[in-house]
Formats: sequence, C-alpha cells, structure tokens
Amino acid sequence: MTLQTESNFHQPGKRFFRRYSAGDAFYEALIEMHRDLSDEQSAKANAKLILLLANHIGDLNILRQALEKARSEL
Amino acid sequence: MFQTHENLRYEYRRSPDQDAPATIHHPLIVIGAGPVGMTAAIDAAQQGIPVLVLDEENTVSIGSRAVCYSKRALEILDRLGCARPMIAKGVTWNVGKVFFRDELVMQFDLLPEAGHKIPAFINLQQYYLEEYLIGRMDELDNLELRWKNRVTAVENGVDQVTLTIATPEGDYPLSCDWLIVADGANSPTREYLGLESSGQWFLDRFLIADVVMKAGFPPERWFSFDPSYHRGRSTLLHRQPDDIWRLDFQLGWEADPEEEKKPENVIPRVRAMLGEDTEFELEWCSVYTFRCRRMAKFRHGRALFIGDAAHQVSPFGARGANSGIQDSDNLIWKLQLVMAGKAPERLLDSYSDERVFAADENIMNSTRSTDFITPKSGVSRTFRDAVLELSRNEPFARALINSGRLSDATFLTESPLNTTDRDEFAGDMFPGAVMLDAPIEGTGRERWLIELAGNRFTLLYFIDDAASIDPLLLQAFQALSENAIPVRTIIVAGRGGASQGIQTVIDAQGIAKKRYDAIDGTSYLLRPDQHITARWRGFDHDRVISAVETATANC
Ligand SMILES: Cc1cc2nc3c(=O)[nH]c(=O)nc-3n(C[C@H](O)[C@H](O)[C@H](O)COP(=O)(O)OP(=O)(O)OC[C@H]3O[C@@H](n4cnc5c(N)ncnc54)[C@H](O)[C@@H]3O)c2cc1C
Repeated sequence: MTLQTESNFHQPGKRFFRRYSAGDAFYEALIEMHRDLSDEQSAKANAKLILLLANHIGDLNILRQALEKARSEL
Repeated sequence: MFQTHENLRYEYRRSPDQDAPATIHHPLIVIGAGPVGMTAAIDAAQQGIPVLVLDEENTVSIGSRAVCYSKRALEILDRLGCARPMIAKGVTWNVGKVFFRDELVMQFDLLPEAGHKIPAFINLQQYYLEEYLIGRMDELDNLELRWKNRVTAVENGVDQVTLTIATPEGDYPLSCDWLIVADGANSPTREYLGLESSGQWFLDRFLIADVVMKAGFPPERWFSFDPSYHRGRSTLLHRQPDDIWRLDFQLGWEADPEEEKKPENVIPRVRAMLGEDTEFELEWCSVYTFRCRRMAKFRHGRALFIGDAAHQVSPFGARGANSGIQDSDNLIWKLQLVMAGKAPERLLDSYSDERVFAADENIMNSTRSTDFITPKSGVSRTFRDAVLELSRNEPFARALINSGRLSDATFLTESPLNTTDRDEFAGDMFPGAVMLDAPIEGTGRERWLIELAGNRFTLLYFIDDAASIDPLLLQAFQALSENAIPVRTIIVAGRGGASQGIQTVIDAQGIAKKRYDAIDGTSYLLRPDQHITARWRGFDHDRVISAVETATANC
C-alpha cells in the first residue's frame, strides 16, 4: 500500500453533488474543532488528532510515508 | 478617473396612476430594477402576467459590482430572451488558476466537456447586464418600468398589498395582489414590514479596482495567495469587456477604507501587481467589507422576497446576482399558476423552502471560501498555508484550496415537490436537479435540449427509433398536453420521427441519452424552471399526472 494523495474525502450514505464539497466539509470541521482554543490548546488538539488518525490507519508503511512528506520542504 | 462607460439616465414619466381619484390596483408589482427584479419582471411578463416595476433611481448599477455570470443564470436569461447580447459582449472563460507565492499550484476547468449551449461563465460589467435587461423589458407590452419611484411604505394585507410611492412630483398610492421585493441588500421593504435578514460580517476589507489596459493576459481567473507584490494577503485578476480588468486586493481589517481608495494609494498597488512597464488607467475603485445573511423565510403572505433583499453572500464564488436570478426562476412559474387559479397559494411556500435551501448552500460555500482566504486564527492560517505548500506536489491538497467555489445550481433533492424515484438510475439527473443540456437536431432550428424545456411542464421521452412508437402512446402524449396544467412531450430519439403533432428531436451523438442514463422508454418530467421533478423507466400517464400534481402542491 502506498499513501493516498489523491482527493479521498467522502461520507458513507451521503451523496455530494460537487467535487469540492466533501473536502470543504472536512476542512470546515477541522477549523471548527479549533474554535475558541488558545494556541497551546490547539497544539495539543492537533497532537491528539494525529495520534487518533495514525492509530486508525495503523499501517506503519503508510504512516512513515506521511511522516516523511510532512517533514520535507518546511 | 478614466471612464469607458457612461450610464444612461432614464426619464421619470408621470403616470396616470398619480392623478387617479382612487388607488390604482395592479396584479403584480416588483420593487427594485436591479438584475434580480428585472429578471423576475421579464419572466412574469413573458408568462402573461402584467407587471409594474418601481425603482427609486433612474439608471443602471453605478461603477463596478458583479462581474461573473454563471451558466445557470445565463440559461435562465436565455429563456427570457436576453442572454445573446450578454454572451456576445461578455468575456467567456472556463479556466481558473491559483498561485501561491508566485508559483502556479492549481488549475481548474469549469466546463471540461463540450455539448452545452451556454458557457461555464462570462465576465460582464453589471451595468451592461442591466442595460440588456432594460432592452428586453422595452420589448414587452405588459411590462411597465417607472424610474424615480421610491417605495416609502408597504402594508401587507390579507387580500392585497398597499404601497406609498414618492416621486419628484409628490407621493401616490398603489395596491397589488402580489408584491415581489427585489430592493437589494439593505431592503427598505424588509424594514417597513418589520422583518430582518441575519448572519455574520467578515472582518476583512477588499479593495476592488477596475483598470483599463491592453494586456496579454488570457481570459482566466487568476487568484494569488501571498504574492511577492502583496505579501501575506491575496489578490484576484479577472478580465472584463472593453479591455477592463478587475483587480481585487485583500487589505485586512485594520486598513483604513478612506485612505485605501485614494487613487494615489491604489495606483502603486496596481503597478506592483501588473509590473512597472504596464500602462493602465484606473477606472473605478472602492473598498468593501462583506457579510453573509438571509431572511428566515422568503415569503411573507403576499410579499415575496428575492435576490439580495432575501439573502446576501460574500462575493467569492459569484453567488450574489447568480443566485438571485435563480430565485426569480423558481418563483415566477409558481406565481403564474397561483395567479391563474391552477395551484394553491401554498405552492409559494415551496419557493421559500427551495430557495432558503439554496441560499444556505450558497452561504455555506461562500463562508468556507472566505474563511480559507481570511483565516480567523493562527492555527487556521497554519492549516491554510500547509494546504498551499502541500498543493505543489499533492493532488488532494490542490482540491482543498478554496479561492471561491464558483456559483453552481443547487440540487433541490430535498424538495417535497419531487416525486421519489421508484426506478434505478445512474448519474446526477435526480429529481430536484437542473436539467443538463445536450446538442440535438430537430426539423427546424432546434439545436439544444435546454431550449425545448422551460416555461411549462415538459416530458422528455427517450427512444432509439421514434418511428417505432405505438400510436396509442402518441395519443397518451397528446392527452397530456390537454391536462389542466399542460405537459408537452418531446421525444428524444436516436433516429426516426413520430407523428400526431408530437415533437421529435434527434440525439445524433447520444449525448442526451448518456447524460440522462436513458434507455427505450425512459421518461423525465421537467418543471417550467427546467428542474427535473420525476423520472421513470417507462411511461405511465397516471404517474405523470400525479407527479405534476405533486410538483404544483395540488395534492
Ligand atoms: C464588489 C462586488 C462584486 C460582486 N460580484 C458578483 C459577481 O461576480 N457575480 C454575482 O452574481 N454577483 C456579484 N455581486 C453581487 C451582486 O452585485 C448582487 O447580488 C446583485 O446586484 C443583487 O441584485 P438585486 O437585484 O437583488 O439587488 P440590487 O442590484 O441592489 O438592486 C436593488 C434595486 O432596488 C432599488 N431600490 C432600493 N430601494 C428602493 C425603494 N425603496 N423603492 C424603489 N426602488 C428601490 C435600487 O435602486 C436598486 O436598483 C458582487 C457585489 C459586489 C459588491
């Protein structure tokens, strides 16, 4: 398995009529999660989020690819 | 400042209504001759409703406002007989590009496939759009437009609406059965009736500059995040007719609008963007803040709110005038049926329900764009910039870049006017969707499927060989055209012709068949506003009649 880098946002049971809608809905939810948080709280929430998602993905091959991409070109 | 366009001043004329001993009554009055009120008036007049339009001004939009008009809005204006000059004068474009720190990171094509009469978008100054609408209004005998008629009071009665109108020669009263309120974002009528439109302001300011220049840029939408000439903020470049270019600079909330719009402050910004050697003239500039808001309901008894009066969006996505024109499209056929006694008044509540649903989608999309363009917090900016950085190499990040999701038609899939599918279909032509266009050929000048629908209920009946249709079926189609609310059948065939006065068109390239996932016998029922309201794998007269009743609140 390789890291999915094509757009992949979707929601089972819901039909999105526009290609951008599912991704935009995720992005909105992400920003909404941070609403009214201090910078410190936001950093902590981001860390927890990454840990939750990483465990969900589980496959270390995928996670290592993502870790590498995230660190490059900063 | 340099001027490429001079606004015509239209004459105030005294109306005999002003000298009448008693209040004169009109069936339908529209307040506001902006793009949306004029669209509604033309549609009403074309559908046989005599209509009076009142506007407090005596000219079209002053300076620079709406630029981008969408395919759906133009399809509606085409049905109203006025899109041709708009498309001829406008700059047609499909491609948008997004730059991040001067590097191209994303490109989109809004109409990637051929086979549509109307382009994805045109750019046209709002004053031209309004002039063409006025030109069309002049051709309609049952439509009257009164300039310099300012509505100063409105009373929304049970049986009729009464208005007070101020003119240069004093006040006079009018009454009407139905009132369409299209008096813009600051709608005075909303206030007269004690109603409000609520939502949020965005804490950012934008400098809009229109410049005249001969430039070699292509007709594309160029959106730049953090360009070297305007660090930390965004800009937009877009071409309009007459060698005018729309430039848009994000300024931030702290900017002083009065200072920023002084030409001596605007010109250096423009020069930095266009390059030292580009010659240009400044034609218009202003500084805007934007908000998103809507009324809770768009129908209040006999008063029907449309356009900016009913809802307002930030302009990223060009969802303002474009959605207002779709309000009109949704409303007028319903009003026509109600006024003709063929549908109950509650059909007009479905106007509110359907267009509130659409307004929420427009507000949602333009809010998401605004939040991406103007991040509200440090962490929000970090994510935004991470998306832009990733977009250089990662396709998923490109798809997340939100520089404005351009106006598209809402799928009214939740509407109770739709008949729920009983058969299986692939594709997007759900009940509640706007019909997709396709090239067709007829015996006359027919070229496009979309031109054959609209203004009435239409049944599209798909078949490979039209000559093979059973004469009994043709009689059933004939019977539909004699229904109290008539339904006109159009046979969309691969070949052949049918008789008995039923129109057949040939889908030579099979594009319509594909877009509608059709096989022999597939039937689509279209509303007068070109929305699909029901579809079946076979034709059944009673089901069609029942779907018409559902779509008109007659059951
Ligand atoms: C910078 C900018 C860029 C934009 N870009 C786009 C774009 O690209 N695409 C897009 O679709 N939209 C765009 N918009 C939005 C678009 O301009 C509006 O949505 C559109 O003008 C709304 O039309 P309307 O007919 O509802 O209202 P208006 O155009 O505001 O017209 C209202 C009319 O009512 C009249 N009136 C008001 N009060 C009274 C009264 N008491 N009596 C009689 N008459 C009255 C006024 O004189 C006016 O003619 C933009 C807006 C701005 C500011």
